[in-house]
Amino acid sequence: MAAEGKAIDALSQFELTPFLGALGESVRFSQSNAHMLLVFGLITALMLWGTAKRAIIPGRIQALAESGYEFVHGIVVGQVGDEGRKYFPFVFSIFMFVLFGNMLGLLPYAFTFTSHIAVTLALALLVFVVVTVVALVIHGKHFFGYFLPEGAPLALAPLIIPIEVISYLSRPISLSVRLFANMVAGHVMLKVFATFVVMIGGAFGVVGIIGAALPLAMNVALVGFEILVAFLQAYVFAILTSIYLHDAVHLH
Amino acid sequence: MNKTIRYAIVLSLVALPAMAQVAAEHGRPESSGGGMPQLDFANPWTIAQVVWMLIIFGALYLVMAQYALPQVEGVLAARRARIEGDLETAQAAKLRADAAMAEHQAATAKARAEAQGAINAATTQAQSEAAARSEALNAKLAAQIEAAEAQITSARDTAMGALRQVATETADALVTRLIGKTDTAAVGAAVDRELAARSLANGGRA
Repeated sequence: MAAEGKAIDALSQFELTPFLGALGESVRFSQSNAHMLLVFGLITALMLWGTAKRAIIPGRIQALAESGYEFVHGIVVGQVGDEGRKYFPFVFSIFMFVLFGNMLGLLPYAFTFTSHIAVTLALALLVFVVVTVVALVIHGKHFFGYFLPEGAPLALAPLIIPIEVISYLSRPISLSVRLFANMVAGHVMLKVFATFVVMIGGAFGVVGIIGAALPLAMNVALVGFEILVAFLQAYVFAILTSIYLHDAVHLH
Repeated sequence: MNKTIRYAIVLSLVALPAMAQVAAEHGRPESSGGGMPQLDFANPWTIAQVVWMLIIFGALYLVMAQYALPQVEGVLAARRARIEGDLETAQAAKLRADAAMAEHQAATAKARAEAQGAINAATTQAQSEAAARSEALNAKLAAQIEAAEAQITSARDTAMGALRQVATETADALVTRLIGKTDTAAVGAAVDRELAARSLANGGRA
């Protein structure tokens, strides 16, 4: 759909379209939400049906589900400690949602909902709200002591408190922009090089077809790289959530 | 519990074929052109997307927290318990095997000691029996030797007794042939003298 335009159209892949035409239109359900629904189904199928047999010696799917469980469990318990078990389902849901969203987006024709800043910001704000509420519930008013570390000279308070507050408030920004920018950059690069393949291959005859192999090879490498990024960003999202939860539970 | 979730999953998986259709008609949306669609917050779809996401993510969290994760935890706990149980069983079996081994070793040692005792007793008995038998044999042989010796002695004595008579008669006959008469008493005395001298000379051998 891209190459017939005069310019390289790398951004239209991020446009939201109604899902199932008029039906989606009526409830503003976009193809992005359809992918989220698919991700929900895939994760639930993996975790719930993958382990339905409760086999002592797991099959492939069950081993995958169990290693996913133990991976995130290790992150949460490792960062937050044993008190973190309560928040494990939340971190697990976040991790799986982001991971499956990133991975699903790499499939041809698929939409990457994690490439939308609105989505990642909403997730990051969700983490922010949960973390802040957890901190307030556990520590009450003492939570605000977080912004003035113990032992810091009071004279520096006018400097330290704004810095701490700003750094605390910028958490959701950095969390969401990191994921959003990584996914957008990857998909734009993929689209650009894919467009090069079509343009070069179509424009210069036989020479062009040979020359098109270069951006194609680039894209092959990029897809591998993007799989790494897809996993890494989900991991970063989960581990940062766990670190924030650690701060909320332990206040430094 | 599972029925509702099953419906939800099937419903969400139905999205898959529908996406192909969306991809096919992914034509020209009412894009304003230029700029990233993600930053177009004036587009109501951008916000609607987030609302739907919160609903879907909430459902995901509920299903994970209520059903999926406890189930996986149960599977893992069951496996841990199974492994621990198996280890304990193995430990108990090892203890039992060790005890049996010790018992076996004790029994072997006891049997060996018993066997050694039996061997020793048998050896002693055989030795004493052999000694007794050889003693009896020796005694028997000694008695036989003694009897033989007595027989020899008596035979020699008999022979010696006969010798005097033969010598006297022979000497008598020789003297009669030489001088026509004889003195039996003198010959007897001479023979006795001679025999006594020989007997002295041969005393150690008799």
